[in-house]
Amino acid sequence: MAKKTIRNIPQERTAMPVQEPKARVRNFSEVALGYSLAEALNEAERCIMCPQEPCVKGCPVEIDIPGFIQKICDQNFRGAYDVITDTNLLPAICGRVCPQESQCEQVCIVGDHLEPVAVGRLERFVGDMAVAEGWSNEPDIEPNGRRVAIVGAGPAGIACAADMAKAGCEVVIYEALHRPGGVLSYGIPEFRLPNEIVDDEFGKVIELGVKVECNTLVGRLFTIEQLREKMGFDAVFIGTGAGYPTFMGIPGESLNGVLSANEFLTRCNLMQAGEFPYKDTPLHMGRKVAVIGSGNTAMDAMRVSLRLEAEEVHCLYRRSRAESPARAEEVDHAEEEGVIFHWLTAPVEILDDGNNNVRALRCIRMELGEPDDSGRRRPVAIEGSEYEFEADMVIYAIGTNANPIIGQTSNLELNKWGYIEANEQQRTSIAGVFAGGDIVTGAATVILAMGAGRRAARSMKAYLGILDPVEMAVSDPERPRIFGIDARQRNYRRVRVAA
Amino acid sequence: MYEIVAREDFSDSTFLLEVKYPLLAKAARPGQFVIVMSNADGERIPLTIADFSPERGTVTLVIQAVGKTTMEMQRRCIVGSALYAMVGPMGKPSEISKMGKVACVGGGLGVAPVYPQARAFKQNGAYVIGIVGFRSRDLIFWQRKFEDVCDELIICTDDGSAGIKGLVTDGIAMAVDKHPDIDEVIAIGPPVMMKFCAEATRARDIKTTVSLNPIMVDGTGMCGGCRVSVGGEMRFCCVDGPDFDGHQVDFDELMRRLTRFREDERAALERWQRNPGCRLEQEPTASE
Ligand SMILES: Cc1cc2nc3c(=O)[nH]c(=O)nc-3n(C[C@H](O)[C@H](O)[C@H](O)COP(=O)(O)OP(=O)(O)OC[C@H]3O[C@@H](n4cnc5c(N)ncnc54)[C@H](O)[C@@H]3O)c2cc1C
Ligand SMILES: Cc1cc2nc3c(=O)[nH]c(=O)nc-3n(C[C@H](O)[C@H](O)[C@H](O)COP(=O)(O)OP(=O)(O)OC[C@H]3O[C@@H](n4cnc5c(N)ncnc54)[C@H](O)[C@@H]3O)c2cc1C
Ligand code: SF4
Ligand code: FES
Repeated sequence: MAKKTIRNIPQERTAMPVQEPKARVRNFSEVALGYSLAEALNEAERCIMCPQEPCVKGCPVEIDIPGFIQKICDQNFRGAYDVITDTNLLPAICGRVCPQESQCEQVCIVGDHLEPVAVGRLERFVGDMAVAEGWSNEPDIEPNGRRVAIVGAGPAGIACAADMAKAGCEVVIYEALHRPGGVLSYGIPEFRLPNEIVDDEFGKVIELGVKVECNTLVGRLFTIEQLREKMGFDAVFIGTGAGYPTFMGIPGESLNGVLSANEFLTRCNLMQAGEFPYKDTPLHMGRKVAVIGSGNTAMDAMRVSLRLEAEEVHCLYRRSRAESPARAEEVDHAEEEGVIFHWLTAPVEILDDGNNNVRALRCIRMELGEPDDSGRRRPVAIEGSEYEFEADMVIYAIGTNANPIIGQTSNLELNKWGYIEANEQQRTSIAGVFAGGDIVTGAATVILAMGAGRRAARSMKAYLGILDPVEMAVSDPERPRIFGIDARQRNYRRVRVAA
Repeated sequence: MYEIVAREDFSDSTFLLEVKYPLLAKAARPGQFVIVMSNADGERIPLTIADFSPERGTVTLVIQAVGKTTMEMQRRCIVGSALYAMVGPMGKPSEISKMGKVACVGGGLGVAPVYPQARAFKQNGAYVIGIVGFRSRDLIFWQRKFEDVCDELIICTDDGSAGIKGLVTDGIAMAVDKHPDIDEVIAIGPPVMMKFCAEATRARDIKTTVSLNPIMVDGTGMCGGCRVSVGGEMRFCCVDGPDFDGHQVDFDELMRRLTRFREDERAALERWQRNPGCRLEQEPTASE
């Protein structure tokens, strides 16, 4: 086969088939439908297998991107799945929600001349095929008698749990809510990440023998210290996330109709308030919704509002579109669906209708001044530009802080914002207790949380003095590798088993 | 899990459930609450832990049937059945100061929740004055239990059919007249009752602790639905409370926020009352 070059590959990035905006704002089915086989093969051909592989460095967990794309080209999809799951446990989830445009795809060589290779879409294609075909990579696990507790069933906790289970530990995940998944379950809506996908990819972790105990509020039912000292766990990982919503402190925030995006999304996703009164949790949807903020959370809240038949949905953001922290694709999708963006606009007061409900917002226009510490230009209010803006529901999506309960109930060292202090090995101030994900870094991404969970697993293994099992059985003779085994810890031998 | 091992009906709207959950029974402290889901499609509702017994491995909830969820529970939660979910203990435990003289005030759905505090104060060696309010004589419950842990018990009824005729605030007035040296008042009940209890003690500057009951979802500090104003600052009741300094709480805001879903709640209740038996038949066939 001729060597692929920028010139001879398909020049156009293969478009992602999507539901038409008009149709999709009326349902909760997925917006991006996923590549067909032909589309995936076409896009895979666009990777020139450059030797530098910048994309691998651009990926927080360093997926062997050209490796799995080559397998797609070879039409060895199971092989592609094995390559991805060497490092990433949840490809169908990450393929959907990772900000690829600022990670692997940002640095792709093809992107210097053309649109970069659609790595995320290809990853999702492989992940979806694994879901459909029921593939999973389960090693034969030799128990080593060690017990590990994981606090929080978000991506960080799940990733750590999987690695420790594969190493032979008995793993129990404790989750406060009645459903595992963390933000993937309660936050990110169905049309972006179907619950089915979350259940399926998490199910693979449970198949490793991990026990998930929902409805368990760690810190209050028992403490981190008790897990170590009284309950016989040799090591503990904390991945409790950063969900504590912030408000602005402007007048009118206690009015009925003002809520955090987390409350809004939790009611809709976790509690299915959209099906009220068939399901018991109410939402009291507004007609004219104003969402404050412009991150992923804001986009999700707006797009859910549209699907719950809000007449108008407005986005108020104090900076401009260029500074919007949401994935570019999400902003585009929201706009296509009819969200009205008000860039350079900030609310200063929420006004009531005399009955404790929201009637309007008083807003002020902003302009961009000098860059601040983050390098973004600081928004400055334009004096005298205040105006009233009608709305009956106001949703705050301006950021979150550390979930507070573990901090309140343990002696763990916290930083001044309440996040748990952990070093590069994810070790905390208490021996044998590790932490990672949003509870350490502040709100970040799914893949970074997973990466932290896996790093914690590596240090946990070192701490416990355990090696991965000596023999790992893998079912695919093609590619005798397995997710969760650190290639750098050359302490295991791969054995192939007949299919 | 979460099996109901005993039930008692105090009136046609108030009932007690004793739920088996040994770990929770061991961890619970006075002032904490649980969040309960009675079924998979149900709402998450907070309920105060009215009693807990590490020996029996149970926690006790006393519930007032006021809306769809609590009425459905009243109907369905029979001994031997189980709740779908129960998580806790949530919230910060009450601070039970040592010694001194305290008044534990409970009205309406606050009568049961104030009991564990009264008991804890007693165990700490305090002089405990119990003040509990009911509408009338036949709605009184747990009188013996309170008598066992209180040095004095003042029962208040709206119609005077038992104890003194009047509200718990009248009980407080009586108590503080007799005992000017009361160190602390703990008041639990409907917001309006707590508000007036706090007013009653403000002039004498008696420390007054109230247990707030805003609308909640997760109970872990993740939604902010339970935010309340205390001393002009926003606090999340589920993780910063539920106990707060009654003299600092903005009760009017709390009461306003409790009406957030009033229309929806009424509609859900009416719908359910028309056909309380069948949840399934009414469900849409293709749920998206
Ligand atoms: C609406 C929304 C949209 C997002 N969209 C994207 C996106 O498109 N792409 C992306 O990469 N990232 C996105 N993110 C961010 C991403 O979801 C998070 O960074 C990631 O989920 C963090 O994972 P985590 O495991 O650290 O914590 P979480 O996912 O927050 O999970 C923490 C879990 O711990 C549980 N817990 C908390 N306290 C306790 C306790 N005391 N005891 C037991 N359990 C406890 C919580 O209930 C929760 O289930 C989004 C976030 C939100 C809110
Ligand atoms: C910390 C705390 C402790 C509580 N302890 C008890 C208790 O020991 N016994 C008891 O009977 N009740 C208690 N409550 C109140 C109880 O949670 C509500 O009565 C219950 O949720 C009503 O649900 P419903 O569907 O039956 O009624 P609805 O018709 O839905 O509501 C009736 C009223 O209850 C309040 N309410 C509704 N939903 C919620 C919710 N999710 N969270 C909080 N309040 C809500 C509203 O003010 C509403 O107007 C407590 C509440 C809190 C916050
Ligand atoms: S940078 Fe682009 S072209 Fe190079 S290996 Fe990665 S995906 Fe392929
Ligand atoms: S109930 Fe959600 S933050 Fe308190």
